[in-house]
Order: sequence, then C-alpha cells, then structure tokens
Amino acid sequence: MSAEVEEASPEYVPITVEFSGGLEMLFSNERKLSLSIPRRDKDGQKANVAFLIDYLCQDCLKDPRKDLFVLDGSVRPGILVLINDADWELEGEEKYELQDNDNILFVSTLHGG
Amino acid sequence: MPPSPCHHCKTQSAKIRRPKDGSKLCVSCFTTAFETEIHHTITASSLFQRGERIAIGASGGKDSTVLASVLKTLNERHDYGLDLVLLSIDEGIRGYRDDSLETVKRNAVQYGMPLTILGYDELYGWTMDQVVEQVGKKGNCTYCGVFRRQALDRGAARLGVRHVVTGHNADDIAETVLMNLLRGDLPRLARTTSIVTSTPSAVASTDPNSRPHIKRSKPLKYAYEKEIVLYAHHKKLDYFSTECIYSPEAFRGTARSLIKSLERTRPSAILDIVRSGEDMAKLVPGNEEGCGGVCQGSVAVAEEEEGGCGSSKPGATGGYMEKMEEQLTLDREAVEKELEVEITSSSCASPGMNGAVPLPKSDKKTNNNTNNNHKKASKGQLLPSRRTGKQVVGFCKRPGCGAMTSQEICQACQLVEQLNKNRPKHAVEVVYEGEEKRDDGMLLHVTNGIAKSVLVD
Repeated sequence: MSAEVEEASPEYVPITVEFSGGLEMLFSNERKLSLSIPRRDKDGQKANVAFLIDYLCQDCLKDPRKDLFVLDGSVRPGILVLINDADWELEGEEKYELQDNDNILFVSTLHGG
Repeated sequence: MPPSPCHHCKTQSAKIRRPKDGSKLCVSCFTTAFETEIHHTITASSLFQRGERIAIGASGGKDSTVLASVLKTLNERHDYGLDLVLLSIDEGIRGYRDDSLETVKRNAVQYGMPLTILGYDELYGWTMDQVVEQVGKKGNCTYCGVFRRQALDRGAARLGVRHVVTGHNADDIAETVLMNLLRGDLPRLARTTSIVTSTPSAVASTDPNSRPHIKRSKPLKYAYEKEIVLYAHHKKLDYFSTECIYSPEAFRGTARSLIKSLERTRPSAILDIVRSGEDMAKLVPGNEEGCGGVCQGSVAVAEEEEGGCGSSKPGATGGYMEKMEEQLTLDREAVEKELEVEITSSSCASPGMNGAVPLPKSDKKTNNNTNNNHKKASKGQLLPSRRTGKQVVGFCKRPGCGAMTSQEICQACQLVEQLNKNRPKHAVEVVYEGEEKRDDGMLLHVTNGIAKSVLVD
C-alpha cells in the first residue's frame, strides 16, 4: 500500500519523529527517526499528523501491541504529541499539516517509574 | 494555524495548553506557574516545617524526578529550610529496577541529595524475582505493593527521617478515587484523597523500640500527569520510563484508561474527580478529613494501598488479600459501636431521630463478599457502613518489625511467612534482627540483617 502512495506522490516531507516516556519500547527502542513522508496522501490531501500516525503504525511499529500507541483510530489517550515542542492541541491536533523539518514528539505519560 | 501568544506574558508563543483551565502558556510562564502551584499546595496545607528532614521516595520515574527537582527549586527559592534526601526501594526485579536505579543515582548527583537504596531482599529476604518464581505472575503485585509501602517507612526510620514525600499526582489520585467508587469503598477513598497520611504515632506505646511516627505526603497531588511530563520535558530532566515486567495491568489499568479518555474530552475532569473525592471524603463517617487532612495529630491513617503501579489492589488480585481485608473489616466493625461518630447510618436509624429516614445499610454488600466468619459480627446489629470509624491500631509482634497493624502481625510479615513456609529448609535467609524459634522447628539467627535458619530438632 505504501508503494502505491510513493508512486502517486514522488515528493516527500523530511521530518524527525521522536518517542519517549516508554513509547520507544514499541518502536524497537528507537528514540529518534528521520523520515521522509509522502507530501500527499493517496487522496491527494496534504500529509497531516493523522497521516503520519497511520504511516508510523504501518511502517515503523513492529510491536504487536499497536493498541498501546493507537486506540480507536487516534493516538491513545495519555500519549502527548508535541509539534516543534508545542502541544499539538495548539496546532490543530491530527489536522496539522506537516512542514519540512518538523519535529514531532510522542511522549507517553502512561508508563511508570 | 498561526501561533498563539502566551496568555500570561503575551510575548512568547504558547507551547502548553493547560488541562485544568485551557490556558495557553509559553514554556517559561508554564514552569513558573507549575512551580508556584506546588508551592501553594505546600504552604496551603502546611506540609513542611522548617528544619525538617524529608525523604523523597525516588523511583527514577517522571513523577519522583519532577518532585525532587521542584522541591529542590522551591526549597531554595522560598527558603523552606528543608534537608532533602532521596530514598529508593529496589524490589529486586532484574531488567526493570536496575536501569531506573541508575537514573536515581544520576539524580542524586544532579540535585546534590544523598541517596539511600534499600532492597526487598535486605528488608524481607525475598526479591520480587524470587517471589514471582514462587507465587507466579498472578497476584505478585499484592506482595510488591504491601512490601513497598512498608519499605519506605522502614527506610525512613533507618535514615531517622519522619516525613516521606511521594510523587503521586492528580491522575493517580483520580484513578484511586474511581477505583474505590467502583468497589463501593468510601472509607478508603477518604484516606487515599488525603494529602497527608501517617502511620499512627507510637505515643501510646511505651516501647522505646517501637516504630516512629512517619508522615507521608503528596505535594504533586493537584498536578496533572500531563504537566509533570511536560515539565520534565521542557526542563530536560533525566528520568526513566518503564513498565513493570510483572504488572498485569488489571483494574488500575482499566481505571487509568478511563481517566485518560475522560481527560481527552474534558481535561478538567481529573481535578474534578480529585475534588469530588475530597468532598465525598468529608461525608464519610469516622473520617478525619474535616480539617482537610492537614491538622497536626489527626492526619488520615496511612493505608497499604496508594497505587502508582500495576494493580496492587486486593480487588484485582483476590484470594489471600481478600481474606486479610475481611479480617480487618471485622476488627474495625467490632470497635465501631464505641467509637461511633455523628453521621453513621446506625445513628440515623435510631428511634430517637425525628422523622429521619434511615439510610439503607451496606450490610448486604458486606455479606455478599465475605466469608462465614463475618456473620457473627453483622448478625442482628445495626452496623454503620463497613470500615468506618477508627482501627484498633497495634504494632506488629514480629521481632524487628513493629509496623502499624490492626492484627497480631502486619501484612508484610504475614506475606513473608507465607513465602518462607514454602522455602526449602537450610536456606540462607534475610529476615528480622534477633533470634527466633519458629513453628517449623527452625531457629532463625539474625545478625546484621543476615539470617541463617538452622533445623534444631
């Protein structure tokens, strides 16, 4: 499916994605990923955070416990999303359209110490 | 979406949307507001006294790391005059605690606080790995929870510290409030919402070796978990996140998910639940929360259960702990008649009440989930709701323990004895100071915390 998207849209947005607060455990202990995300989704819409989350689930999340990251089609409640260090609630949440060199940080508050 | 300016300074761009009121703040205004509110919590409930030595229960996780950092900041900024030390408990879970203890060690250096690490093996003779080997993964949280609670008290006593602070946050309290509501356990709700709890003073005891009065408090009680994490993030604090490898995430996990889902649709819900919990606590008969739980000498009695990890809940684990709970219930109800306070349901039901409608008694529920031996207590009596009023507090009879308990021996010692019963003889054990002839014919000889058990007959 991702191959189709790549063919349809040869342009990519370079972004950095980080995981912390225990979330890195779901992503093969990778705390930081440099990704190139298709600029547009398969419907031609600009890639936004919702698209990124989908992308992460399909291409980067190897752990079978996907529900620890995504629940009911959105980031699991209790996981904070920071877009360039700002709470995604200030940026339009999932509708925020990715810009070049954006830094998207997912922090879990669900893990203990 | 254009960047919105900070509601407070109007100059920097907002980075944080506060869950409690939706206000948008920049990083520096947020950190100041966060610290100021904790300062307010501390002063409003007179948590600390000048010159007091405080042990911070430190796990290396976000909550205790933020607590240590904020307390250090506030202690310097407002000249509290506190002597802050770190106290960590090593449950003995390989691959879990090892890494977080490394974090605590770094924190000790970063904050310039002395650190003491106490192990379950040292305190109880069992690491959690060994406990799990023996009892299995199911129900081991009960052991861990009971051990941990007492471990902090024992550690504090060893350090000569009378006050332990823990990193319980608003989300933790809200979770506990919900869980107690779902279990119909209002008296426990009252104790867990209190900002200060305390093991009862040993004043009544003339034994000089008895356990000193240890105060517990939760300065982050009104702090959102979200803000704690954001504070740690923006201050670049060094913390460690992990999930206990044995945690089954049962009842507490469900309550936690519920809280977080509520937060997403209504962020103020978490503090609202905490406040509701406090208000309900005031209505619980026999509860000493009328003063807000901060009056000297009448702080709520500390409970074995405060959450913060997996499901250390008897309700989730059942079995042995349930029975122990019921025994406690019995003990408490037995003294109820003498220690009864104003608004119990039995006083409402008394014939002298003019036009008062008796409240439905909760006996039905109590009977439903209890054993046969419960009947003698509830039969024919108008009992107030279960577990109201005061406990008969004594001290554990086991040598070297002396923890507060309403039974002959405390929960931790009971659990240790259960474990020891199934341990092969001639094992080298670490138990209590002193020497003890045990029922099974073993002589326990303890020196410097190392016990050797020898079969004597």
